[in-house]
Amino acid sequence: MLEAILVMAFGAVVLGAALGYAAVRFRVEGDPLVEKIDAILPQTQCGQCGFPGCKPYAQAIAKGEAEINQCPPGGEEGIHKLADLLGREFKPLSAEHGIEKPKSVAFIDEQTCIGCTLCIQACPVDAISGAAKQMHTIIADECTGCELCLPPCPVDCISMVPIAEDLPHWKWKHPVIMLKEVP
Amino acid sequence: MSRTLHTFKGGVHPPEHKAESNARPVHAAPLPRKLVIPLRQHIGNPAKPVVSVGERVLKGQLIGAADGYISAAVHASSSGTITAIGPALVPHASGLPDDCITIETDGLDEWITRTPLDYRALDPSELRMRLRDLGLAGLGGAAFPSAVKLDPGARHDCPTLILNGGECEPWITCDDVLMRQHADDILQGVAVMRHLLGSTEVIVGIEDNKPEAIAAMQAAAAKMDFATEVVAVPTIYPAGGAKQMVQTLTGKEVPSGKLSTDIGIQVFNVGTAYALARAVHRGEPLISRLVTVTGHVLRPQNVEALIGTPMQALIDVAGDRDGTTGVLMGGPMMGVPITNTGVPVIKATNCVLVKSRELFPPLPRALPCIRCTRCADACPAELQPQELFRFAKAGDFGRAQEYHLFDCIECGCCSYVCPSHIPLVDFYRYAKSEIWAREKEKRASDLARERHDFRQFRLEREKKEKAEKLAAKAKVKRAELAAAPAAEGAAAPSDADAKKALIAAALARAQAKKAEVAPKNVDHLPPEAQREIEEIEARRAKIREIAHQPLETDDKK
Repeated sequence: MLEAILVMAFGAVVLGAALGYAAVRFRVEGDPLVEKIDAILPQTQCGQCGFPGCKPYAQAIAKGEAEINQCPPGGEEGIHKLADLLGREFKPLSAEHGIEKPKSVAFIDEQTCIGCTLCIQACPVDAISGAAKQMHTIIADECTGCELCLPPCPVDCISMVPIAEDLPHWKWKHPVIMLKEVP
Repeated sequence: MSRTLHTFKGGVHPPEHKAESNARPVHAAPLPRKLVIPLRQHIGNPAKPVVSVGERVLKGQLIGAADGYISAAVHASSSGTITAIGPALVPHASGLPDDCITIETDGLDEWITRTPLDYRALDPSELRMRLRDLGLAGLGGAAFPSAVKLDPGARHDCPTLILNGGECEPWITCDDVLMRQHADDILQGVAVMRHLLGSTEVIVGIEDNKPEAIAAMQAAAAKMDFATEVVAVPTIYPAGGAKQMVQTLTGKEVPSGKLSTDIGIQVFNVGTAYALARAVHRGEPLISRLVTVTGHVLRPQNVEALIGTPMQALIDVAGDRDGTTGVLMGGPMMGVPITNTGVPVIKATNCVLVKSRELFPPLPRALPCIRCTRCADACPAELQPQELFRFAKAGDFGRAQEYHLFDCIECGCCSYVCPSHIPLVDFYRYAKSEIWAREKEKRASDLARERHDFRQFRLEREKKEKAEKLAAKAKVKRAELAAAPAAEGAAAPSDADAKKALIAAALARAQAKKAEVAPKNVDHLPPEAQREIEEIEARRAKIREIAHQPLETDDKK
């Protein structure tokens, strides 16, 4: 009788230790679902979804507090991807959060800029360089096109320039083939 | 000296059409009035312009410097004046303009001083940088910077060097003619390649439909101090593809997603070897190349064309004809359609093929894919073109990649044999560029995420640092003030008093500072200026008074 209890107790201790070790050793950092959602979001950090950045929106989606159709830069394609990931129904982009626009980057008119640094403080990805009373300029490669720098500018010297199709960005189009009419 | 040849799967036998252009003597194309030299002629970073508009340049002078390791320089092809640096039309499938340097030639064709390189004395990496600065890029069509390919790397060695004289694409004969005329120079270039790569085995692969070229190369090889095997390979398209040439000559297959250097083999086009010889032994940068002008022209031939010459000038040399339906840069299988014949010849231009309705009848309309798998039988890369087509058409790029889309060499065999006349390669090109664009987007969004996270971290850190700094400063001040009244024997001040004292102290400091600032240039003023100043001061005082009065709001009235 005592033997049986001891064997069972020993087994419980060993398994408990193993589980405890595994919990520490194979601990998953962060929330994997949030990471997956965040990977789909375009990282524009524009806040059009109503959250202060892509990560908070991802967290809200994961908790079920936000709909998947609140991200205009991600567009229809992004919503489809989120719907696939979460097993939810596809919904068209919600109009109150904005519309899908062609990808653009901000451009500062250097003649008009007064060097107030307000846009620098607004930029979510630190893509504007400049200093007080010095001309500012956009680092185009790092600009996400979030438009957050537009409202604070007191002299309206920032405009959004759609990214023109140039040679390095050119893509082969989906071929249009004329199908022969089969009688 | 016979080598067992191997075969690769698939391939097609399109009509060769080589005899039209390879019999005529080679002439240099006339010097054009205007040369347009694109900065992006090679794979990798475009060259950076190092000249300015209005500057006079000499033939062979560096006008665009290589930018980074995978890049190549560009040079003025003739002497003249720079008239523009900016977007101009270039030979590209998109028809979009790209940055170019335009030179108005002066007809003198005046060279810079050319200094041959003593390649044996130079350090290999130094020599590679020199070659990059001489603008060397592969002349077989892909225009990959040669200096990069001549770097055996730390872990690889390249025991086998293959010189590709396959030229399997119909109509094109520039490599054939080059080998007939400059076999010795080509092998001089091979000597430099051997030196850099440390290769022990040199094989020249030439399709057996070029007996003159094979004979010329064999005669030249006999004169060299290293063993070179000149091998005739069976004529089948695309035997001149680098991977196919490797397989035919060595029986080794380049693994999927790998390079031939990973199995110790490097492949160069014969034209590249010739350009390398000219660069090393004569100090001439890559400013001209042989171009086959053929198809629907009066005198199909090969011309030595300066880089930057308009293609129309070459067509004029060969004799323009009525009834042209289009122009291709390259051959009929892989060529790029050119919409404007004013675009310049670039390093990758091996052929200007003029089309006509008789030579290239329009394809019948496409029919749906019936999955006959004739394309799979023809595919030299052993892919499943019908599946790739299905995935590309549906936008299922992940599956297309699983089916090794990126092993497709875009040779066009599948489209050639397709009984439904589906432009299959166009679909693969579309899928590839979509995948590249998505990867680029992904990299951009990863960068944005990283920068946003760092910004959040920075803002937190700055807030904390500021708070700490203020707290420390306040503590010091409070201690000072606490010490002062204690000395006077007064009671210890409360927190509120301390704050008041702090503010009073700051106010006193500010006033003292203000008092120190004396107006400048007020000595020895003429009386009228003095009077003016007094008036302004009076006005200011009045404004100050008004400003200090409490606002009269409506409810007060």
